[in-house]
Amino acid sequence: MFEVRFHGRGGQGAVTAADLLALAAFEEGRFAQSFPSFGSERTGAPVVSFCRLADREIRTREPVVTPDCVIVLDPTLVHQVDLLAGLGPDGYLVINTSRTLEQLGLASVGAVLRPERALTVPATDVALRHLGRALPNAAILGAFAALTAQVSLDAVRQAVRERFGRNAELAQRNSAAAAELFDTTVRALSGGRAMLGAPTA
Amino acid sequence: MALCRPEVICAYPISPQTHIIEALSEFVKRGALAPCEFVNAESEFAAMSVAIGASAAGARAFTATASQGLLFMMEAVYNASGLGFPVVMTLANRAVGAPINIWNDHSDAMAARDAGWVQLFAQSVQEAADLHLQAFRLAEELSGPVMVCMDGFVLTHATERVDLPSQQAVDAFLPPYEPRQVLDPDAPYSIGAMVGPEAFEEVRYLAHARQLAAVERIAEIGSEFAEAFGRDSGGLVHSYRSADAEVVVVAMGSVLGTIKEVVDAQRAGGARIGALGVTSFRPFPLDAVRQALGGARRVVVLEKSVSVGFGGVLSTDVALALNGLAVPVSTVVAGLGGRPITESALRSVLEAAQGGRLEKLTFLDLKHELVARELERMAARRRSGPSAENMLRDLGIVGAGG
Repeated sequence: MFEVRFHGRGGQGAVTAADLLALAAFEEGRFAQSFPSFGSERTGAPVVSFCRLADREIRTREPVVTPDCVIVLDPTLVHQVDLLAGLGPDGYLVINTSRTLEQLGLASVGAVLRPERALTVPATDVALRHLGRALPNAAILGAFAALTAQVSLDAVRQAVRERFGRNAELAQRNSAAAAELFDTTVRALSGGRAMLGAPTA
Repeated sequence: MALCRPEVICAYPISPQTHIIEALSEFVKRGALAPCEFVNAESEFAAMSVAIGASAAGARAFTATASQGLLFMMEAVYNASGLGFPVVMTLANRAVGAPINIWNDHSDAMAARDAGWVQLFAQSVQEAADLHLQAFRLAEELSGPVMVCMDGFVLTHATERVDLPSQQAVDAFLPPYEPRQVLDPDAPYSIGAMVGPEAFEEVRYLAHARQLAAVERIAEIGSEFAEAFGRDSGGLVHSYRSADAEVVVVAMGSVLGTIKEVVDAQRAGGARIGALGVTSFRPFPLDAVRQALGGARRVVVLEKSVSVGFGGVLSTDVALALNGLAVPVSTVVAGLGGRPITESALRSVLEAAQGGRLEKLTFLDLKHELVARELERMAARRRSGPSAENMLRDLGIVGAGG
C-alpha cells in the first residue's frame, strides 16, 4: 500500500487532488481510497486530504498516519503545520512553490529524506499559465507521477478528463498542466538535480 | 440512489450530506431521472413532510440529512413511521451539538433509535450503495420507512471503487412502488386521524410487529441481493473471523474496516479475536447477535455514541442479546465528533481485552489531562465559564474566544 497525504488550503483543491489520484489509480485497475480529514468549506483554512493506493481492497479507515508521500499545495503552510509527521526516511515530499527547499527554510529536510525524493515544483505557475487560475492540483499530480511512478501520466490525464469531463476545455488545460510538470520533473530527476525550484522555462 | 428510480426527492442541504442531494438535483435537472421531481425544501422539517406527502400520493420518496437536520425534522420522522410510509432516507452520520461539530459519529442515528424506522449501517461506500437498493425494497414491502446510515466524511466524502449494477438488474430486484395506502381524489379517505387510548396501543403494537417481521425480511432480502448481485452487503449482522474467537469486537459502520485490519494483524500473532458488524441496528437482531457472540469469552462493543449518564447504546442491546450467558461486555466509546479511530488505539484496546484488563466503560484516546484541568477550574471557582471554550484555549486553538 502506498499512502499519500495532501496539505492545502480551502479552495486550492487538496480534496480534489486526492480524488483525482484515486481516479488515476482506478484507471490502471488498482484499488484506491481518498477522503478529506475534515470538510470545513472555509476558503483559506488548512485542509488535509488522503489517498491510499493498493493492489487489493483497502479496508482501513484511519487517517493516513505514516504517509509514503506528502504533497503540499500551499508553501505558506510549511512552518505552520507539521508536514513531515509520520513520513519515513524513504518517503517522498513534493511542495508547490517556485522556490527551493533552502529558500523555504527547509534545508534540513535533505538530512531526513533522500535528496532525490524531496522536490519543489512550481505547480501554481504552471496552472496559471495553462488555466489562468491558481489551481495546482492536476499539475502537481503530474510531478507526483514522475517522482513516484505510482501512477502513469496517462492515468492522471484520463482521471482529469473524467473529473472535468463536462468542461472539455478545462479538462484539456488541466491535462496539459499535468503533462508539463511531469516532463519537467522527469528532466530534473534524470539531470541529477536533487531539488527542483527554478520556475520552468 | 438514481438506479432506484425515485419519483420525489426533497431535501435541505447540511454537511456532510450536501453533495449527495446536489448530485441528485443535477440528475433531475438534466432529466436523467424523469419523471422524478426535486423539491429544495426550506428546512429538514419541510423535507420530511414533503416526503410523507409524496409517499401518501403514491410516489417513491427519498430524502437525506444529518445531525441537527435529523433533530429538526424529528416530529415528521415519527410521523413517517407512525403513518406507515416507506420513505427512504440517507443519514450522513454526524455528531450532534452543542458544541457544534460537523464531523462523524453516530449520535444522530441514536437519537432516532426509537422513532420506528429501520436503521441500516453501511461499512463501505459499496455497502451504502447496495443498502439503498435493499432499503426501498424493504420499506415498500413493509410500508414503513428505512434509514441508511453512512459515516459522514469517512464514507460520504470517500472516493473508492464501487460496482454499480445495471438499471435492468435493479429493476428486476426492485419492482415499482405499490402503495398500501394512497390519497386518491376519486376514492377519498383520510390518513392521520387522531387516535385515542382506544387504539393507540394497537397502532404501536403493529409498528413493533412490522419491525419484528423486518428482522426476517432484512435477512432474506440480503440473501436475494447477494444472489442477484454477488455481494453480501445486506443482512442483519456480519461476522468476521469470529467462529473460534475468544474476544469479539462489535461495531457499526465504517470503523469495521479498520477493525478487520487489526484483527488480521493480531490473528497473525496468534490471538484469537474476531469482529461482528451490526448492519441492522433497528430492528435489533437479538437472536443473530446471540448466535454470533455466544461462543466468545469476552465481547467489546466499540461505539461512536454515548448515552450520557449511562454509557453505551449499542452495548445495551448486545448485553441483552447475551442475557443469561457468562460473557462480559465492555463498552468502548470512540470516534466522537470525528476523532480518528486509529489501528494503534484499537490494538491497545484488544490487547487489554485479551488480558482481561479492559474496564466496563472506556473513552478511547480521551485526553485525561485536558479533562482534569477543566475539572480543577470548575472546582476552583463558581464562574469558571464555558467548558468547551476553556478546553479549546488550553489546546491553543485560535478563536476560542474569551
